[in-house]
Amino acid sequence: MNAIEMKEINKSFFGTPVLKDVNFSVLPGEIHGLAGENGAGKSTLMKILQGVYTMDSGLIEVAGSPAEISSFQDARQYGIGMVFQEFSLIPELTVAQNIFLNREPTNKFRLISDRSSIAKAHKVLESVGIDIDVTVKVSTLSRAFQQLTEIAKAIAAEAKILILDEPTASLAKHEVDSLFKVLKQLTASGVSIIYISHRMDEIYQICDRITILRDGNLVAVDSLKNLSPQEVIAHITGRKDVEMLSYEGREVDRRSTPVLKVVELSAGDRVKKVSIELHAGEVLGFAGLMGSGRTEILRAIFGLDKVGSGKIYINGEEKTIKNPREAKGVGMALIPEDRRRQGLIMEHSISTNILSANLEKLSHFSFLNFQKINQFSQTAITDFEIRPPEAKREVKLLSGGNQQKVVIAKWVATNPSIILMDEPTVGVDIGTKVEIMKLVRSLAAQGKSIIVVSSELPELLGVCDRILIVKNGEVTDSLERYEIRDEDHLQLMLQGINA
Amino acid sequence: MKTKSLTRFDWRSSFIYWMFALIFLFFGILLRNDGFLSPNNLLNIFRQTATISVVAVGMTFVIACAEIDLSVGGVAGLSSVVVAVTIRDHGAVAGVLAGIGVGLLVGSINGLLVSRIGIPSFLVTLGMQGVAVGTAALITNYAPIPILSDAFNRVFGSGSIGRFPSVIFWSFSAVLLGWITLTRTTFGRRILATGGNRDAAEFNGIDTKRIKFTVLLISSTVAAIAGMIYAGRLQTGRYEWGTGDELSAIAAVILGGTSLFGGGGTIIGTLFGALLVGLINNGLILAGLPVSEQQIIRGLIIILAVALAKKK
Repeated sequence: MNAIEMKEINKSFFGTPVLKDVNFSVLPGEIHGLAGENGAGKSTLMKILQGVYTMDSGLIEVAGSPAEISSFQDARQYGIGMVFQEFSLIPELTVAQNIFLNREPTNKFRLISDRSSIAKAHKVLESVGIDIDVTVKVSTLSRAFQQLTEIAKAIAAEAKILILDEPTASLAKHEVDSLFKVLKQLTASGVSIIYISHRMDEIYQICDRITILRDGNLVAVDSLKNLSPQEVIAHITGRKDVEMLSYEGREVDRRSTPVLKVVELSAGDRVKKVSIELHAGEVLGFAGLMGSGRTEILRAIFGLDKVGSGKIYINGEEKTIKNPREAKGVGMALIPEDRRRQGLIMEHSISTNILSANLEKLSHFSFLNFQKINQFSQTAITDFEIRPPEAKREVKLLSGGNQQKVVIAKWVATNPSIILMDEPTVGVDIGTKVEIMKLVRSLAAQGKSIIVVSSELPELLGVCDRILIVKNGEVTDSLERYEIRDEDHLQLMLQGINA
Repeated sequence: MKTKSLTRFDWRSSFIYWMFALIFLFFGILLRNDGFLSPNNLLNIFRQTATISVVAVGMTFVIACAEIDLSVGGVAGLSSVVVAVTIRDHGAVAGVLAGIGVGLLVGSINGLLVSRIGIPSFLVTLGMQGVAVGTAALITNYAPIPILSDAFNRVFGSGSIGRFPSVIFWSFSAVLLGWITLTRTTFGRRILATGGNRDAAEFNGIDTKRIKFTVLLISSTVAAIAGMIYAGRLQTGRYEWGTGDELSAIAAVILGGTSLFGGGGTIIGTLFGALLVGLINNGLILAGLPVSEQQIIRGLIIILAVALAKKK
């Protein structure tokens, strides 16, 4: 009997099917990998299992009997627990208090007994081999321990099925090992684990079977003993029917002084001795798994994180960049990963947002020049094809793609010579993705130097002249575009599998 | 792998007690010949801070929940007036019920506007402060209303139990109840969860809207009781009672170590925060400083104390 059985699940959003007759089952005491590209339907499937989304049709069975799951609470009743990355812990409460939050053990006067929750928390942690002092506040724990606390919380709530989504993204190597030890111990006590990850080595290390989704279809379910990593990757990427963007060979002059030269830059524990050379008109890609340090490299270059050691040269001249203002001063721009939080003021209009990085240019002795501003935002809207083309429209009313164009327009307007882009197409529909990639190309054609960080390998392959492989905060390889055969090839390089 | 034990002494969490001891010592030495340490003066400090500490207990709940209640001063004034008028016309018991009714009514309105309509508590209670004071002034035409019920006056402030004034009984009851509620009940835990991370609290099945409603209800009701203590101590209901108390209460809560951003809260800290504010007031008066200088020094000490207590 399966611990979980999902049969012929269908789900569409606004008429677009995202899951098509998907079957998914997990055995008791099994660690089951769930793989697929971003947008393949993994998280939609898991959200249905947790009662966050309602399926259009299909059937869910838990331990052999049909289950109605329409809320998070329902899922918990059925013993399905999600290990959230960061959502469900209260930082100011202790580990024990968090584990028993909202179901605190009480004494005969109906008062909370912290002593008994501490004892119970101890027992739970011991049973799964996690060694945490349960009386410390969660805010004082590292990410790894917070994650283990989350797992303990689910176990204390008697979860029989645990869902882990990219659990190792922010963990160090030794922390991953102890996480895996805990997971193995859990399965020994009959808990089933659904393990979502992009990392092949981890999937092979910990999972028994794997389910692979592509474009909302189930493409493979098998024991990992029967599949080679090459086969898994081929299933994940599939044969792309339409090439979204094919690379057009370009000449980049590499003999001149590099516009940006980074020598052995180290920052925190996520950027280690990174060296980069970026020339005028060149598009450089950073390929790496989530948590590999790609974002942190950009942040360190841009002065957002404190640099430990290393040198940065702009046009051959050494510069120290201590904060984003200085980075802007030497002609850099950063298009951040999370545009809602870091890139835009959602309640403000297109025009006000574009204005925010260009205040000096559009004012006279601190007084805003509204004629200039209108002209300026109209030009940006036309140049970047922002739709609808209404300067006064609030940014929160735009689609994700158009919001991203506003961010790019804002920074391009500062006339930077170096543009750092972190996941520029995240949460953007396919049509706009192509437009943004074309935009990157045309900026490069104008002589701008660009670094693109992206988890979408086809995009990197579409625009980059050179791709650096980033792993554990280090640049492990540098490849000319023509050296990379196709997406599978790049994927294998990323996973560290010889191709 | 083991969690690092937190051996490093976190002096900030016990900051208020050090500060309290320091200022007490300072005034004790400086004003030793001005009767600062006399039992009567020390009791006086307790008596003067009784209403503030009662209000501050309710405020601790609100702030721990990452909300604010600026209407407490106004509610205290309105309650004192309603109590006085009701006692005049219908007797003491009706008066007490009416006073509590004022708190429940204003608290429900605040709570509904914040939790159901989603208006920030800062704005709702700022507006409600004006409404409460205005209503109190309107009912009495700005005049003080004397309270002639001896029983009421004795219970709420003028009387004493042995050597201890009854107001002290009120403030300690409030502190004790508040402390148990915040640290030992599921409700208290839900308040901290809601203030600490509202999304997470929702994920844990906590009805955060209801929690927000309830803390505002409590805060208002407690403020109404503080209004009755004013009325009993001064044997009069007057719209001005409680004016500015919201700020003293907030200062006491923050000095006590509760974060203005919610998620944490300590009632005992709040009590000492309130006592510290009272201590400073008393010491400055005994030192014979003019009111203007008192105000300046009080303001500076509070800013300094909060700056030192601020976590990095």
